[in-house]
Amino acid sequence: MKKLVIACILSAFTTITTSQHAHAAEQGDIEALRQDIEELKKQLDTSQTPTSSQASLNPAISLILMGRFASFDNDPENYAIPGVTLPEETDPGKEGFSLAETELIISGNIDDKFFGRFTTALTAENEIEIEEAFVQTLGLPAGFGIQFGRFYSEIGYLNKIHAHYWDFVDQPLVYRAYLGNQYNDDGIQLRWLAPTDLFLEFGGEAFSGDSFPASRPSNESVGSYSLFMKLGGDVGISHSWQAGLSYLAIQAENRETENGDVSFSGDDNLIIADLVWKWAPAGNDSRTSLVFQAEYFNSTEQGDYTIIGNGTNPVDRNKDGWYAQLIYKFLPRWRTGLRYDRLSIEDSGSTFNGTSLDTQGHTPERVSAMLDFSHSEYSRFRLQYNHDESYAVADNQWYLQYIMSLGAHGAHRF
Amino acid sequence: MHGITLMLKMLATSLLLLFVALPVSATMNVFACEPEWASLVEELGGEEVKVFSATTAQQDPHRIQARPSLIAKMRRADLAVCTGANLEIGWLPVLLRRAANPKVQPGQPGYFAATQHVSLLDKPTRLDRAEGDIHAAGDPHVHLNPHNITRIARALTNTMATIDPQNAVSYQQNRDDFLRRWQQAIKRWEDRAESLRNLPVVTQHKSWTYLLDWLGMQEVARLEPKPGIPPSTAYLGQVLESLQHKSANAILVANYQSPKPAKWLQQRTGIPIIMLPYTIGGSNDADNLFRLFDMTLEQLQTGVKP
Repeated sequence: MKKLVIACILSAFTTITTSQHAHAAEQGDIEALRQDIEELKKQLDTSQTPTSSQASLNPAISLILMGRFASFDNDPENYAIPGVTLPEETDPGKEGFSLAETELIISGNIDDKFFGRFTTALTAENEIEIEEAFVQTLGLPAGFGIQFGRFYSEIGYLNKIHAHYWDFVDQPLVYRAYLGNQYNDDGIQLRWLAPTDLFLEFGGEAFSGDSFPASRPSNESVGSYSLFMKLGGDVGISHSWQAGLSYLAIQAENRETENGDVSFSGDDNLIIADLVWKWAPAGNDSRTSLVFQAEYFNSTEQGDYTIIGNGTNPVDRNKDGWYAQLIYKFLPRWRTGLRYDRLSIEDSGSTFNGTSLDTQGHTPERVSAMLDFSHSEYSRFRLQYNHDESYAVADNQWYLQYIMSLGAHGAHRF
Repeated sequence: MHGITLMLKMLATSLLLLFVALPVSATMNVFACEPEWASLVEELGGEEVKVFSATTAQQDPHRIQARPSLIAKMRRADLAVCTGANLEIGWLPVLLRRAANPKVQPGQPGYFAATQHVSLLDKPTRLDRAEGDIHAAGDPHVHLNPHNITRIARALTNTMATIDPQNAVSYQQNRDDFLRRWQQAIKRWEDRAESLRNLPVVTQHKSWTYLLDWLGMQEVARLEPKPGIPPSTAYLGQVLESLQHKSANAILVANYQSPKPAKWLQQRTGIPIIMLPYTIGGSNDADNLFRLFDMTLEQLQTGVKP
């Protein structure tokens, strides 16, 4: 045995020495092999030290601490947009200190075919709510993807974006008025990504219809459907964009709202067009960037409005609105932004005078300005001012907000 | 009823047209997260591959967004070649999930993380964000030690041969050819860089660990107080003070980083700034891996204070 080993070593040695003479280039190869052996030794050393393999199998956990101080001229308890039937939790929030929208997110790959995410949030009413609990496929062929559970609908641009990624403290008025800030529900989604250089994605969703603006009729199993299409790409190295068109069809039965004075039964169809355009010199947004974002909403309600205690009347009314915003990063850690909001609501006739449907001839509008500072990628402070004419009486609103993220690294979403 | 049939026919025809119009190619589509890997794939793949680099030398690989164009590219990739070790943690997981391409999901042969094939330096002993934007697995900027490129080239060739067995022989030939030239170049660089050994330098971000380790240079100060956190004037003042006691021959800055903090220090100390390409495309001349190291060494040798 010993002899054999010696023979092997000798023969290896002679092979090495002869080849050394033969080709100078192979000397480099031997050098590389020697380094590889040292490398392996190093790896062996590190593998012997206890590693946190258990920890790496745990899902990614991230905790978002969000809170704010708010000051308003008007009493937010009296918040109402004339002509709009607002659902709960859509007012400008509590005055003073509050912990709105603190989130705990747990996510990870379930196996090689599925990804799952669970998000729970503290609402303005100090209640714990499950915002998301969904499973997404990773391995379907031909660009198909399926997602099921509770999730934010893919309609519009901002609908699926979590509060800690927003550029302002609050949602645009169109989201507040027509989707109750954001539409999430229990359901299923199918999407298909085209195999083209231009980003082109189509999808559809079916939801139980248990959250605003849906209000599922008791004899139906599906209360809302959506269709969406997105396209996007780059223009040169410094510009990138995404545009979308989406449609949400809901059926409602006795949809009540925060005021509680009217309820709606019938069809509510919503169309959203969205555009985002981003610019950063050479595509490097760590120092300077400019982001333009705008969305247009058009909603048609056809059915019956019941004035509680005062009879039912047929209604066919159209509401629309839009917002546009510009966010400018002027220093590595500083951003400033401007936003303009506007709604226009068709009057429902004199039958509804004095109810939530009464527009009082008012055009809801709002102008917002913000300045934020991020010490690192994980912490941000924001100051925001709104001149809010969505009320019948104009309001001046000030917010000072903090957004802190602990744990797993967040996503740099577009 | 007639209208619906017509619409369905039109839809079917347009879908068919869409599929027909798609380029059906036998070449392997490679999505490279950084230009250095795109360049390596070109060396190894030759004519058989089509490679796309998700980032340029002007962009910070930590801070990319999961743009629609990148999702579309990932959708069609047969192989994704990235750095790994959490360098792309902010954007690569989102891209992979949104693109839902089963070939390139982690764990599949089509997902290649370069840092898995070399040993990483500077593994943090304390995992705490108070230390800044740290990478738990170690410093991911591995490509600036050419010996790492050697190891990664070998592993990457095996991956490419697994995914595309038809061209395996061609990839192996390309590898042998590349490594022969590479070993010669390393020898040339190492001979040339003897004068740089033990030279003290100031760096901007922890981007140069592997370069300094390879050349035996010393990092005496860093301009970022913590990884990923831009320096304030107060912190730069501290760096300035620390440089009263020890000397430095250059301030190393990558092309994608802001030159402002380095300029501030240069004005007060006279230490020259060296803008290094960092990766392919970081300067006009650094258009492949060989030229990247040629340029880096040339800049270092001409730039340092004698």
